[in-house]
Amino acid sequence: MAETNGTQITFLEAIKQAMFEEMERDPAVVLLGEDVGVYGGAFKTSEGLLERFGWERVIDTPISESAIIGAACGMSYVGLRPIAELQFIDFIVCAFNQITNFVAKGHYLWNAPAPMVMRGPSGGGVHGGPFHSANPEMYFVHTPGLKVIYPSTPYDAKGLLKAAVRDNNPCLFFEHKFLYRRIKGEVPAEDYTVPIGKAIVRREGKHLTIISYAAMMHTSLEAADALAKEGIEAEVIDLRTLLPLDEETILQSVRKTNRCLVVHEDTKTGGIAGEIAAILCEKAFGDLDGPLMRVTALDTPVPYSPPLEEYFLPNAKKVFDAAKELARY
Amino acid sequence: MKKELTRQQYLDLYYYMRLNRAVEDTMVKLFRQNKIVGGLYSSLGQEAISVGTAYALEKKDWLAPMIRNIGALLVKGVPPRDVFMQHMAKYDSPTKGKDGTSHFGDLENLHIVSPISMLGDLIPVMTGVAMAGRYLGQKIVTMTWIGDGGSSTGVFHEGLNFAATQKAPFVLILENNLWAYSTPVKRQVPLENLADRAKAYGISSYIVDGNDVVAVYTTAREAVERARAGEGPILIEAKSFRRLGHAQHDPAEYVPKEMRAYWEGRDPIALYEKFLMGEKLLDAKGKKDVEEKINTLLEAEREFAENSPMPPPEFAATGVYCTGDECHKIKPKWERPIAEVTPPKSSVKAVWTVAGFGSGKSSGGANAPIHFGDTKTTIESPEPEAAKKNGSKANGKPGAKTSAKATVASSAARKVKR
Repeated sequence: MAETNGTQITFLEAIKQAMFEEMERDPAVVLLGEDVGVYGGAFKTSEGLLERFGWERVIDTPISESAIIGAACGMSYVGLRPIAELQFIDFIVCAFNQITNFVAKGHYLWNAPAPMVMRGPSGGGVHGGPFHSANPEMYFVHTPGLKVIYPSTPYDAKGLLKAAVRDNNPCLFFEHKFLYRRIKGEVPAEDYTVPIGKAIVRREGKHLTIISYAAMMHTSLEAADALAKEGIEAEVIDLRTLLPLDEETILQSVRKTNRCLVVHEDTKTGGIAGEIAAILCEKAFGDLDGPLMRVTALDTPVPYSPPLEEYFLPNAKKVFDAAKELARY
Repeated sequence: MKKELTRQQYLDLYYYMRLNRAVEDTMVKLFRQNKIVGGLYSSLGQEAISVGTAYALEKKDWLAPMIRNIGALLVKGVPPRDVFMQHMAKYDSPTKGKDGTSHFGDLENLHIVSPISMLGDLIPVMTGVAMAGRYLGQKIVTMTWIGDGGSSTGVFHEGLNFAATQKAPFVLILENNLWAYSTPVKRQVPLENLADRAKAYGISSYIVDGNDVVAVYTTAREAVERARAGEGPILIEAKSFRRLGHAQHDPAEYVPKEMRAYWEGRDPIALYEKFLMGEKLLDAKGKKDVEEKINTLLEAEREFAENSPMPPPEFAATGVYCTGDECHKIKPKWERPIAEVTPPKSSVKAVWTVAGFGSGKSSGGANAPIHFGDTKTTIESPEPEAAKKNGSKANGKPGAKTSAKATVASSAARKVKR
């Protein structure tokens, strides 16, 4: 770590920097949400923004998710680029209609682009219980017109959030709260963006492909390390964006390794693994030497008590075991 | 009705009400000829509301219609052919066949936001348009409509409350036509006056006879002026009656005969004609001229609409995303100095006071407690000083490699390719 000491920032700091720099760069960027101003956000992601940019640009709202999303959409119609924060991403479903029927359909139906970002902390592993740990990304991956982003590193979090602010489409940006202060990563000093819709190979390997994103990307890498000790070289792909999905990177890897394991923290039924399985069946059936396997959360709500939540969530051991089984094919 | 407008204003209101009704009459004919693709919703008897309220807006103002506000669209400048083609799902329609009815808008020129079928959603959206307009210094007012039924939706309340807290320059017209599909207003809301809803949000409201176009217009004009002056959102309840069913398929047999008869005797156009004739603002010839003008216009507009092609099927697969600048150049129109909203001018002290609640202060520091445990970073290296500053610039070494290195609590440090 010594060679990079002092150049690294947390995931949370990356989010904060992205918002700060975008607001600094473009006065059309505003932030609205519950407790984002005076308090600086429940996770302190917007701390200092009010002081810097003022009341007109950092707006504390009532507890009204539909109003937050609706107003952000209205602002975007007049040329602003609002960032709407959901205090916990679980609460995004309170604005489900506004997002899926109003925001998402506007460009297709009446040629109205809505350049807005909807972001917030998601995911489990912090004992937040059934209403503060959700991974609701797939509701929105099933909604044409949205872009769904779910980064795993500070570098990507910052670069993708900046890209989302500059994108002309409504972007959902999921921030896995387990990562907020647990991981650090290096970011460049200069302005940069990370392209939306592009996955990345985090680790190269030849025996099987592990596809993951967000916190489970790190779990997958941990499992890959353990697998390597047994002579199994896993290639690990970080999806980064779930909609639009980067089919090319997935297909390229699986055509090489001929085996695919998908790991996600979302529940199993209707998770992105099913979609990836379908894509592989359609486009790489002949390349597969074994069945697509998946390691996911259970098909239950997120339970509260630590032993229950640990049982519910995927972990490196579960990924390791599944990968070993797959490697036998 | 009191006489207080210019002659031209009186005649404009008359023209647009007649046009509103004639456009809808034409569509009923098209519907019976099976040329309308989906449902057809009527504003028969409610024309004074659409026309009188929209007529109070300036060109730069924004509106978002509901299903029974064709009149408002016509006042704002939408040509009748667009309304016809929308209903006929034609390729030349504003949505090119992707949506129907009054579900279309125009961000660039007419400043119209398209409605969706879910009621109430436009209220926070038009609040946002109003806030953005104010932020940009445009001095605009926004307006949308909601029915008695739609005022029961959650988003009506979320939106109006948010508009009130923001003092958004927004006027909401609550068209109380006594029926939400088949359900009478008394079974939806236990209030005599729906304008009372405004009290809950601490905003001003009006009640107006929705069949008196002069009263509707002068009330809306006052509300628009007050909203523009910074008084915050205003709710206007316009009382009227939905003369036809929910849509063409619905004979509305649930409506009591006496109720229908009463309101048919208060037709807003007939009432207004009587007033105009009494004030010598209109005579038989003037009336005939208006009718001829409208007939000629609509004949041409209908013909254009009927001759428009249906969209090519593969068009269905296009347009989900904006593809960038070549698709839409998005640039806000600033009408105030940008310096006012950029630091240092925009910066404020981090202390707030609310009367009766003392004062608060944001809790600084990168290790401030956050929701749910996780208050300490588990990384061995302490966070650099610079990172603790609020949203400070990236603190990477100049020329440092851009590859991200990450560690996870549960595992040893590992190399991660970005």
